[in-house]
Amino acid sequence: MCLAVPMRVIAVKGSRDDFTSSRIGIVEAGGIEKEVRLDLVDRWPQVGDYLIIHAGFAIHTLDADEALTNLRLLREMADGLAPRSGPGE
Amino acid sequence: MKNDTILLDHGSGGLASGELIRDIFLSRLGNPVLGQLEDSAIIETDRGRLAFSTDSYVVDPLFFPGGDIGLLAVHGTINDLAMRGARPLCLSLAMILEEGLPLDDLQRIVASIDNACRESGVPVVTGDTKVVQKGKGDKVFINTSGIGLVDEGLDISARMARPGDAVILSGSMGDHGITILGQRAGISLFGNLRSDTRALHRLVQKLLATVPGGAVHTLRDPTRGGVATSLNEIAAAAGVAIELDEDCIPVTPQVAAACEILGMDPLYLANEGKCLAVVDGTHGAAALAAMHGMPEGRDARIIGRVTESPPGQVVLHTAAGGARIVRSLTGEPLPRIC
Amino acid sequence: MDYVSEFRDKTLIAPLLAELKQTLTRPLRLMEVCGTHTMAIFRHGLRAILPPEIELISGPGCPVCVTASSHIDGFLDVAQRDGVRVAIFGDLFRVPGSQSSLARAQAAGAKVEIVYSPMDALTLAEKHEGEEVVFLAVGFETTMPLVAATILEAGRRKLAHFSVFSAGKIMPPALHALLADRELALDGLLCPGHVSTIIGAEAYEPLVRDYGISCVIAGFEPVDILQAVLLLARQKRDGRAEVENGYARAVAWQGNSRARQVMNEVFAPVDTPWRGLGMIKASGMAIREEFACFDAERKFAVRLPESIEPKGCLCGEILRGRKKPQACPLFKSRCTPMDPVGPCMVSSEGTCAAYYRFGEGR
Repeated sequence: MCLAVPMRVIAVKGSRDDFTSSRIGIVEAGGIEKEVRLDLVDRWPQVGDYLIIHAGFAIHTLDADEALTNLRLLREMADGLAPRSGPGE
Repeated sequence: MKNDTILLDHGSGGLASGELIRDIFLSRLGNPVLGQLEDSAIIETDRGRLAFSTDSYVVDPLFFPGGDIGLLAVHGTINDLAMRGARPLCLSLAMILEEGLPLDDLQRIVASIDNACRESGVPVVTGDTKVVQKGKGDKVFINTSGIGLVDEGLDISARMARPGDAVILSGSMGDHGITILGQRAGISLFGNLRSDTRALHRLVQKLLATVPGGAVHTLRDPTRGGVATSLNEIAAAAGVAIELDEDCIPVTPQVAAACEILGMDPLYLANEGKCLAVVDGTHGAAALAAMHGMPEGRDARIIGRVTESPPGQVVLHTAAGGARIVRSLTGEPLPRIC
Repeated sequence: MDYVSEFRDKTLIAPLLAELKQTLTRPLRLMEVCGTHTMAIFRHGLRAILPPEIELISGPGCPVCVTASSHIDGFLDVAQRDGVRVAIFGDLFRVPGSQSSLARAQAAGAKVEIVYSPMDALTLAEKHEGEEVVFLAVGFETTMPLVAATILEAGRRKLAHFSVFSAGKIMPPALHALLADRELALDGLLCPGHVSTIIGAEAYEPLVRDYGISCVIAGFEPVDILQAVLLLARQKRDGRAEVENGYARAVAWQGNSRARQVMNEVFAPVDTPWRGLGMIKASGMAIREEFACFDAERKFAVRLPESIEPKGCLCGEILRGRKKPQACPLFKSRCTPMDPVGPCMVSSEGTCAAYYRFGEGR
């Protein structure tokens, strides 16, 4: 229901608790740049972080540790399965 | 809720356009030549075979990265002729101008028409201009028609595709469509998006000169409606199935990213400088090599093949290892967020 | 890491499928609640590779599809008033109300602009000072904080000719309504990834408690979706029913409290009708009294008519997971994306449109 894509932060303007100025980030994916609002983001992003962008707003700063853990577990599962179906069985 | 007025979808190049053409135009004007619904008509005369085509151009904005309405108007009609294997001879140019259009803009457009004609070697030989009141048009509408010559014995058309053929796409898809969309107020994507507008007649001539006569079965330029709609038209006309490999379909990283952001599918986006070639499978590699030798075909790929059944169906083997049916575009592709 | 390609990695897909086959002890009936999941499943052709024991049912997670025809009629009422320009997400453009759609209204002269972000509607308002610019808002918890932030920004910019017509909705009450229907006999829910980004994984605990249903939050890439199906299959094999977060990179257990705070500052819960599900208590988002000057419903004194569901249309049953599109007598005959009868055929993520465009799978 909610199309949102990860994009990399290349610039941040304003600061998390400064409500007087616009809090805006420039994000990039595949060479496409977009200006997005940072009003709603849960963890204030640094340049290089990835944000989930939905309709021009960042709604989350992606958690690299969680992603890496997830991928590591998937990889382990894949490696664990491989020998069972391999010729050496 | 049945249609009783024209909606934007009727101009999308998808199923709604097809329905309009069938119900309103073909029902009255139909004849064996028009009824083929090819990019251009081939007319047999005592002195040879003529290809004849016409197309109108409306685009907002008039100027966009990679081109403008003038370039589109020249390239589009040349390409429609080329898709029947014709060598384009000359063009007509008709312009409908809205009161208030800056003369500078008109001069820019005409200069770019001039450039495109010189570069492609196809001159404008007749023309017409009309001016309408402010608000009765949208800055500039252009119509071009073109005439070309077709060699004896050449029969390139959608209905010629047959099982065993290779399906080649001459380069990356979606560039024009997403560039225009990215220019819209309210979307504004920044980055290296450029329209791919260019003339393809030389690429086609090279292809025809390289592979044996009769091996090139079908050529289509996937403009409005995109690659998906063109392939569906071919599958329907020839009564064949087409299978595509997602991994093999060229899309630039920036077009892919823009499509993810806007929720669009590049298979349905317009191209203005690409062609689909359906070629006898045994000559697929030679055809591909011929295209690679031309700048406009540098990124060509074999994206799939023609199979027997089910007739009329286009199936995509996805990068994830799955499969799905690819249908024609229905209405104007719109960005979605939810 | 770009957070996309890693989760499309083909070398992870075959092992996931193999593990899934080993884990399955019986057929599973799973509902993907979210329309974007429906789209992703079709787009990547996943139905063709999932084991046949997995039955995927598409739920009420497309905000456009669940928008009652009365709300669309209300939108049309506002769009057709003099001096009004409406801004919408592209998704809403072709959705039929009881008489017409915004696409048709535009053909008849209404000013309808498609925007990517609600903030773009503010930009439009600044450009068209002599008009009232109305953002017609549909969406769930993912989208409505953005609409709230836009209203707050309109306040800061003192834009008197900007307003919002809210048909925003809250997901959990609809899931409760759905699961209370025992006939549905679901084995598990693929929970909506980006709604969960806002409401948090913890929001599904009451569902587990009340209905004993397995809930797994899923991302949108092929690996994410297969992984979530596998997690559900494992719960079933082990006889567990709990909330598991299969999209932890994007969803925190407590969600995004900042976004919820902004949303709750502007919107208050209200009873609202859902297409197919009927009136659901406290499932809508109404603009609070303090922001009445930005509320198009108040500004234009809109009276929502009764919702009239088109005759023969099974969208309601389909949204509740009771029927598949092929079971609808209108599917592909009277109802096509070109001439849609019900909203499930209009929205690109609508179940019927997805089935129409990508084939039925199996």
